[in-house]
Amino acid sequence: MYSKKIIEEFTNPKNVGIIENADGVGEVGSTIDGDVITVYVKVNDDVLTDVKFKTFGCVVAISTSTMVTQLAKGKTVDEALTISNEDVQNALGGLPSGKDRCSGFALDALHKAIEDYRNKA
Amino acid sequence: MMDIMKRIYMDHSATTPVDPLVVDAMLPYFSERFGNSSSLHSFGQEADEALSLARAQVADSIGAQAEEVIFTSGGTESDNIAIQGVISRDSGKKQHIITSVIEHPAVLSTCDFMKGIGHDITYVPVSSEGIVNVDDIEKAIRDDTVLISVMHANNEIGTIQPIEEIAKIAKDNDVYLHTDAVQSVGKIPVDVNKLGVDMLSISSHKLHGPKGVGALYVREGTLLKPVTFGGGHESGLRPGTENIPGIVGFAKASSIAKERLAIDSSQMGRLRDSIIKKVFDTIDDVRLNGHATKRLPNNANLSFRYVEGESMLMLLDIAGIAISTGSACSSRSRHASHVLDSIGLDPDYVHGSIRISLGRDNTMEEVDYLAGTLRETVSKLRQISSPAKC
Repeated sequence: MYSKKIIEEFTNPKNVGIIENADGVGEVGSTIDGDVITVYVKVNDDVLTDVKFKTFGCVVAISTSTMVTQLAKGKTVDEALTISNEDVQNALGGLPSGKDRCSGFALDALHKAIEDYRNKA
Repeated sequence: MMDIMKRIYMDHSATTPVDPLVVDAMLPYFSERFGNSSSLHSFGQEADEALSLARAQVADSIGAQAEEVIFTSGGTESDNIAIQGVISRDSGKKQHIITSVIEHPAVLSTCDFMKGIGHDITYVPVSSEGIVNVDDIEKAIRDDTVLISVMHANNEIGTIQPIEEIAKIAKDNDVYLHTDAVQSVGKIPVDVNKLGVDMLSISSHKLHGPKGVGALYVREGTLLKPVTFGGGHESGLRPGTENIPGIVGFAKASSIAKERLAIDSSQMGRLRDSIIKKVFDTIDDVRLNGHATKRLPNNANLSFRYVEGESMLMLLDIAGIAISTGSACSSRSRHASHVLDSIGLDPDYVHGSIRISLGRDNTMEEVDYLAGTLRETVSKLRQISSPAKC
């Protein structure tokens, strides 16, 4: 079953919300597939000063979303791009077998948000 | 958050707690009256007497004759014996079965296997309310149709199928009718003659009996071939030494369920209606899946927009309430259940479904706690999800 850390992050997720006038927004998924993850980034001097998310999805989708925002916040854009799916899973104390489908979605959404920021810049 | 001692169980379509009276009835048959019912000595006689009495009790609970009841290991085996047993009579010949798209996997997977070995299956659709159209069944009948298998009540959305009408068609066309009544026994009246079925599957653990035991009703004169082989127990249809403690418990549970049917059914219905009302009064963007009235009195299957089923299940579980969801996320895919897919539920709602299935011990106080917790749960998850584009 789910690790204590996953349940903790899932029940009390940090960085939930929208950043008004975000420097980058990345969205992954569709309601048909049952997951929609949107990540918002605020960038100052190449540093992700704020990272927030909105997620429609399962326990894994929500807990990885909050973990990705926590790992990315405070990092430079280049550093944030080196965060791996394994880093996210490790920070959550591992995922139960067969539950890794959604684990990369939040990271994909972060990458898309950074791409969006770079395209704008 | 609820104390672990105060956990609330509202997942009775998955399984039920064993009634203490059932446990008491079973206990002597483990170590004291442990005989093999096939043995001629007094130990065997005790077991055989218990088996006969149990058979009469289970038969009585569904209006059948004792010799028409075959004890099995549960609903899945009963469904397999019914379907494979009909096909096996003439397995070299291509035969046709009619079933519905919302059957339990015990029926669907057996039919799929039959298809794989060369037989033909027609899977009739259901309406958006989850009910089979009798005309579709009639139209599907062909010269080589040997069996119709349609469940009495659906395990997910609780819809009650028009078995009596299907029985008329089956009879007119000289085709056997099997129904999986695993979910309906103990919730609504189940009488094999009133329903007009040739075969009917029951499971003990859905009606406060032990797991690992069930029955297949086989109407006298119905021709079935065994699908497993052995010592000729259970009229040769289910060989293997009978699980006497389990069968005794199952029979006791069946008798209790029959005695309590009217009172349990109205009590569960009252609580279920209260859940639906409270949910609709306090939560927006919600749907009741299945039929408004043609449904089991203990079933409420609800879908909430902008929230996902597993997330709801986990938050409710943390709050001490056990329910189930029709949305499953596995490594390969997230898919809604085949039942929710087949009723054509709006994609915005299909992943946010939960099944609340009540039992006879649930109370109005528990229902109030559920309704309040559900409102908080949906609100919390919507704060996380909305307004992501969903």
